[in-house]
Amino acid sequence: MLSKTYDPLKKKRLEILSPEGKVTKPNLMPKIELETIRKWYETMVFARVADQKALQYQRQGRMLTYAPSIGQEAASLGAVVATEERDWLVPAFRELAAWLHKGAPLEKLFLYWYGNEAGSLLPASVRMLPISVPIASQFTHAVGLGMAIRYEEKDEVVLAFCGDGGTSQGEFHEALNFAGVFQAPVIFVIQNNQFAISVSRRDQTRSETLAQKAVAYGIPGIQVDGNDLFAMVAATQEAVARARAGEGPTLIEAVTYRLGPHTTSDDPSIYRSDEEVEAWKEKDPILRLKRYLLSKKALSEEEDQQLYKDFEEEINVIFSQVESSESPDLEEVFSYTYDSLTPTLKKQLETAKQFLGGGE
Amino acid sequence: MALLNNIGALTQAFDQEMELDPRVVLYGEDAGFEGGVFRATKGLQEKYGKKRCFDTPLAEAGIVGSAIGMAIYGLKPVVEIQFSGFVLPAFNEIVAHAARYRNRTRGKYPLSMVIRMPYGGGIRALEHHSESIEALFAHIPGLKVVIPSTPYDTKGLMIAAIRDPDPVIFMEPKRIYRAFKQEVPEESYTVEIGKARIVQPGSDLTLVAWGAMVREAQKAIDLLADTEISVELIDLRTISPIDRDTLIQSVKKTGRFLVVHEAVSSFGPGAELISLITEEAFLSLEAPPTRLAGYDIPVPLPKGEHHFMITPKKIVSEIKRLIAY
Repeated sequence: MLSKTYDPLKKKRLEILSPEGKVTKPNLMPKIELETIRKWYETMVFARVADQKALQYQRQGRMLTYAPSIGQEAASLGAVVATEERDWLVPAFRELAAWLHKGAPLEKLFLYWYGNEAGSLLPASVRMLPISVPIASQFTHAVGLGMAIRYEEKDEVVLAFCGDGGTSQGEFHEALNFAGVFQAPVIFVIQNNQFAISVSRRDQTRSETLAQKAVAYGIPGIQVDGNDLFAMVAATQEAVARARAGEGPTLIEAVTYRLGPHTTSDDPSIYRSDEEVEAWKEKDPILRLKRYLLSKKALSEEEDQQLYKDFEEEINVIFSQVESSESPDLEEVFSYTYDSLTPTLKKQLETAKQFLGGGE
Repeated sequence: MALLNNIGALTQAFDQEMELDPRVVLYGEDAGFEGGVFRATKGLQEKYGKKRCFDTPLAEAGIVGSAIGMAIYGLKPVVEIQFSGFVLPAFNEIVAHAARYRNRTRGKYPLSMVIRMPYGGGIRALEHHSESIEALFAHIPGLKVVIPSTPYDTKGLMIAAIRDPDPVIFMEPKRIYRAFKQEVPEESYTVEIGKARIVQPGSDLTLVAWGAMVREAQKAIDLLADTEISVELIDLRTISPIDRDTLIQSVKKTGRFLVVHEAVSSFGPGAELISLITEEAFLSLEAPPTRLAGYDIPVPLPKGEHHFMITPKKIVSEIKRLIAY
């Protein structure tokens, strides 16, 4: 069992693919078709390009504040690919690659960051909760989903994300404790990207690892190289199998690095050095997987460059659709607070319509 | 028909809804095996099993947050917060999520769930056990806030709350949990959320109360029996959404408005009701619309609590003042 071998209390970390793109632990390598790996690589590149484009649009004043996932593509994608369509995804707000894999259309996601709540309505078939801004509060929802799955005796699991800062929140701990007590089929992934805005991981907690927090709740915990797609897949597969077998939750700490800002309102250069960022760029999850695919002849430099070009064009088209989207009308902004309008809301809507009609 | 107190009415409502709808699950601290510290869920674990009625770890955000997850999945969680004074750790889940989930998913995941809690003073309780915080919830768009005052309404409103498509904060006046009994129909029925009840019609003054204050208001009216003063007593029953029409129509008839609540006065529910009356029935008013409410202090411990409590005598005094205005 990986979570036994890689005991977080012994400061062990699961790594399979080295930054040079070599599989260092072939015995732990998950069995995946090369073609599938190539497809996942494309999702990661697509997410990277989408983030870069979004940052550009934002700087041009065409997008609201945006939180890019750059550098963390493997951490979220590696986890979600180990789940199935019937499983649930409970996001924080920095898992773009996972959302795309789950089936959330980029147009919808952009629409949300563009400031249009129509983007919050994901397709009915996509079992994904909305982006959750109040840090780690969504972990309790993941547990509730897991409890409901057990109640209905369904063969489903829940994959939930938070960041390193989230591990300080009360709801993080309440959720882990509940999940342990009720053996909820939940895989909790902490994307430890080293910073909660400007507060570094070492200022967040005295714990040596974040994975070891699982020990206190009597559940398995494992620290994984989060920039290593294969390690993330292997750890999550094991956790998913355990959850499906009725053996309860797992905590996975994905050690990664936020190469971009917290959001477009943040200037990371004031709290971290260029040297540090450069060192992490060498461990970039996309670069690493590219090296692997090149070595396996499953990708060429030309094809790779073409991918970036194609995706940029595709994303520009998607964003132009977003920009030509209709803003919500008055009735719509009133429509989703209750099942039906309360007498007071009816009255307020009437007043609002009078204003629209030229009233003052 | 059976004679039930408010606790008995609650238990019967849970029992009947659990029987009817397998999606209904009930949980909280001590809510399973023991049946809750007030015994409102007594016997339900025995009848429906640990799967549907169970104890949780002592963590209110976990209780409410997990209920949100269950409701997203399509279950109908009814969760117990042991005392309203302990709901505060769950406020993030209630305000940031429960109240907004329909909006945050554009209707894809509406939350049908009930968060119930005993509230209010008058039971000689320890610190943090006596406050009335309905205004904190009523201020949040997306929540419904219900407070029953009789066993009949308790049962009907609870069944309505469980079936409601929106999250309902169900506040139970613990002072009258076992204070009196009432004939309650055996069969299942609902009392509409958002509708006030005219307890007794009158022509000189509209008196609005809810929860344990309805009884105090009735006692006040009894004290006025030998006067000419005719009071219309309205039990609000739902704090949010407010039954605007019933209140406005009543004041248009009586010309005077007094709201009585245990919650502290400033920024309390009374302020909202008086705004409504001032905006909608201004020309009918013969006296300033008035609130008789808790002082803006923490509810004193039992030795000093009587200074805080709203009594029938205080209500009578305010009614007489407004009639003579």
